[in-house]
Amino acid sequence: MKMVKILTDKINTPDYHTIDVYLKEGGYSTIEKAIEMGQEKVIAELKTSNLRGRGGAGFPTGMKWSFITNQAFPRYLTVNADEGEPGTFKDRLIMTKNPHLLIEGIILTCLTLEIETAYIYIRGEFVKEAQILEAAIAEAYEKGLLGDDVKNTGKKVALFVHRGAGAYVCGEETALINSLEGKKGQPRLKPPFPAVVGLFNKPTIVNNVETIANIPFIIKNGGQAFADVGVERNGGTRLVGVSGHIKKPGVYELPMGFPLDKVIYDIAGGILDDKKLKAVIPGGSSTPVLKPNEIKDLPMDYDSIAKAGSQLGSAGVIVISEGTCMVNLLATLEKFYAHESCGQCTPCREGVPWVRDLVVRIENGEGRPGDIDKILDICDNMEGTTICPLATAAAWPAQSFIKQFRNEFEAHINQHKCPFN
Amino acid sequence: MVFKVIKMALEISKVLNREIEDILKKYPNKDAALLPILHLLQKEFGYIKKEVMEWAANRLELPYSKVKGVATFYTMYNKKPVGKYHLQVCRNISCSLRGSEDVLKSIKEHLSMEVGDTNDKFTLSTVECLGSCGTGPVMQINDDYYEELTPESVKKILDALK
Repeated sequence: MKMVKILTDKINTPDYHTIDVYLKEGGYSTIEKAIEMGQEKVIAELKTSNLRGRGGAGFPTGMKWSFITNQAFPRYLTVNADEGEPGTFKDRLIMTKNPHLLIEGIILTCLTLEIETAYIYIRGEFVKEAQILEAAIAEAYEKGLLGDDVKNTGKKVALFVHRGAGAYVCGEETALINSLEGKKGQPRLKPPFPAVVGLFNKPTIVNNVETIANIPFIIKNGGQAFADVGVERNGGTRLVGVSGHIKKPGVYELPMGFPLDKVIYDIAGGILDDKKLKAVIPGGSSTPVLKPNEIKDLPMDYDSIAKAGSQLGSAGVIVISEGTCMVNLLATLEKFYAHESCGQCTPCREGVPWVRDLVVRIENGEGRPGDIDKILDICDNMEGTTICPLATAAAWPAQSFIKQFRNEFEAHINQHKCPFN
Repeated sequence: MVFKVIKMALEISKVLNREIEDILKKYPNKDAALLPILHLLQKEFGYIKKEVMEWAANRLELPYSKVKGVATFYTMYNKKPVGKYHLQVCRNISCSLRGSEDVLKSIKEHLSMEVGDTNDKFTLSTVECLGSCGTGPVMQINDDYYEELTPESVKKILDALK
């Protein structure tokens, strides 16, 4: 496995976030090439690259882009920097340490798809990150890389930062679009998909920060070089965030398909306080929890983790050691999802708080026989029944925690207390 | 003839007005400027009071109900006055695994406050994931993140806030 770094290889260069250093290190050198290649060739290279969306769903980026090519003008690009999935903190690294790579990717995307206006939708809490981006964008305008005549090519690209205001659901692309339009961040029904009717009712591409930051490498080195870094159907690297009970928490750039157990033990130093591993959530808080025997030699790519019964998601690996009460942990998650339900769909608005209340009741030693099956029954009616995947995201942890650790839920109910307290 | 009298209860400075003009230039319609303008007005007036929502509605030619709907949908818009320092402690999964409950307990004891309280100087809130899971437990104070907190370190941070 080739340990290539695409997004973070130079981020420790002093002042790499400034345009002078970024240019000196060869930045912004792909613009002419992308123009020369043209739309068809760029999208073909993207398809060859096996780049899949880094927000969590893993949709092939080349295919997403191809949906907009015969749509009307104007078109918009919206970069999803909402980074809200608990356990995920990778886009923050790109935005603070490598903002010009992101901007270069945005310019390439706009030139390829004939887009003249792009917005970075960044979560509202990231005030400093937004300031770093604004400063980098101002530098790019000054150098003529953004604006009315990008690098003297006669092409226009305008780029703006738009801050959210605290709502997890805005990470969903149509909620994000509504939020950018100044509305409540409630998801829209699909179809129509954003590529047809998106921002300001115009054709729109919504891509994650990490997805866009991979574009310069693909333009420069070709799709095959990117595909070669990863594994079959999963090209490139992944920014893997490791958090929880781990000795060296952080973001690590690893080739797609790198084994999950090696991430935990070799890359991130092993379990905190040398305890035994109890469970791993592999791709952000919504993805089903796995047990230690399930992560052995498990390649971190979309298809392998799906086969193991979970999802690669946002590659936010949450490590849980022995001694942790899984009921308490699930209560933490369901409180979060209940808080973040936008209230639009009944199964989510009513179901998630109901699940939360039952889990909290069990944790407090007040659980009743039948509560566990009730939770599973409610989850069954939440999964896949709503406009956006938030209800499903709340159902998966509940279903998987119960499947993997049902004895703990039963012990709480039988002993009328939390056995871990 | 009926004149619509709009009471402008807010004093908006020239500088602020210019910033609002700049925000409006970023979007093809005025509606889209609502979130950034509410951020700006909150910074100026401390919280989103009724007059702020009325002013924004007038300025952007939006129904008051829409502005109120948006202002109350998003958690970052304060609906009540907050202290000079707004302490927002993450209570989500990664931070909780690293001991955010003990950090919160330490803050509560040190300041003799409960979550939701506001005193002369502080407002104490818990928040959901702040997107800094690798350096948990994390707390946001106004615009700044404070990371890798311990029950001890958080006391020093609070004492240093004037």
